[in-house]
Amino acid sequence: MKVHIPTQLRSYTRVSVVEAQGQTLAEVLYDLDRQFPGIRFRMINEQDEIREHIRIFVNRETVFDLERPMGSEDEVRIIGALSGG
Amino acid sequence: MDTYNRNGEHLITLLVGTRKGAFLISGSPEENSWVVNGPIFLGAAVNHLVLDPRDGKTLLMAAHPGHLGPTIYRSTDAGKTWLEASTPPAFPKVEGGESVRYTMWLQPGHASEPGVWYAGTCPPALFRSADGGDTWQSVAGFNEHPMRKEWAALGQGFEIPNGNVMHSIQIDPRDARHMYFGISPGGVFETTDQGQTWQPLNKGIVSYFLPDPEAEFGHDPHALRIHPLNPDLLYMQTHTGIYRMHREEAHWVHIGKAMPEEVGDIGFPIVLHPRDVDSAWVFPMDGTDIWPRTSPGGKPAVYRTRDGGVSWSRQDLGFPREHGYFTVKRQAMTSDQERSLGLYLGTTGGQVWGSFDEGQSWKKLADYLPEVYSLEAVRLTR
Repeated sequence: MKVHIPTQLRSYTRVSVVEAQGQTLAEVLYDLDRQFPGIRFRMINEQDEIREHIRIFVNRETVFDLERPMGSEDEVRIIGALSGG
Repeated sequence: MDTYNRNGEHLITLLVGTRKGAFLISGSPEENSWVVNGPIFLGAAVNHLVLDPRDGKTLLMAAHPGHLGPTIYRSTDAGKTWLEASTPPAFPKVEGGESVRYTMWLQPGHASEPGVWYAGTCPPALFRSADGGDTWQSVAGFNEHPMRKEWAALGQGFEIPNGNVMHSIQIDPRDARHMYFGISPGGVFETTDQGQTWQPLNKGIVSYFLPDPEAEFGHDPHALRIHPLNPDLLYMQTHTGIYRMHREEAHWVHIGKAMPEEVGDIGFPIVLHPRDVDSAWVFPMDGTDIWPRTSPGGKPAVYRTRDGGVSWSRQDLGFPREHGYFTVKRQAMTSDQERSLGLYLGTTGGQVWGSFDEGQSWKKLADYLPEVYSLEAVRLTR
């Protein structure tokens, strides 16, 4: 499936859209980390929680549960969400 | 970036961590010429950028971009190229477990342990690397200590705005097993068995904000240093004053009492003279009323003692005479190791100042940088 990468994480992927596989969102993120080592920890903390200023959308839905089942037609969008100067 | 000038003289490099990236400023006091190189990782808050004195070319950087999780970047070529640590500091995954918000302090290990580094984090925890900062492990002796949460004032409604931090990890140059650190707020803690067991070391500190001002812990060290010439001598700037301890006495002495009353002895950094056990510099901050945290009276100044804190003298030549409201964060003031000692400080206003006459006069070396979080003065080896 397609994963849209925010500018904040493109030092890992170099491109804005990559392909990743998995039956759940957690598996998709592990697959991303296999391809781009280190990228997962920047989004997900050591307790497997999505970091405070990261949002992950599957299609148009905000997802907080990494165990959400995924299908090959789903599209993941990772967003850097932070305000302030 | 040059580390030599056109005469082949080795330049001093200032390692500058800021709220929006890192910079390397190279120059020489003799030529009064300083060049800003960077930015490195523009936009990432850099709490600490430190050289490994054991090889003169490995640099570690504690970085914390706004959106992303914290990490450690490593350079083994004196800052030309950078790689991310493959396992940055992180707590073990357990039910209700904690997460590292950012690394505050990076400390090269003892001279006898090449490749060993320590990291102090927010929330206060200690991590160790044995491979030059590539992979990091939790130091269980502290991080799983039954008193840790009480010592570090966690979960007690007593947390500072950006989170309580561990900082000022100090290693006894005579003994790799003997270490200290400060927790802000929390106090000073010491180990003599390389981190397996820890004891508070706070007797003598008086913190008016505590229900028991002389409690065993709960104090707020802002910066702690052991003296390289006499590692049994410790100096400390706390939230409530300047202190000094002869370790054998195990009692902090309030040496800031001799500061002028209108200035006070509240501040963040403290810098020791590497060759004089009785000389130290502080940068006082306005801690009156609502704690403006600016230079007292809008008149920035460094204060120096030459007699171990019996007396202090004002050093402000070159700084603004009025309406100078910058201040200096806990890791943003340092000295070099030159024969003619250089002192450096970075301000909340993004300036870097240097003094080449032991603080008598100050020159602005760089301006318009982001808020300075940390400053180190080194000679890089290429």
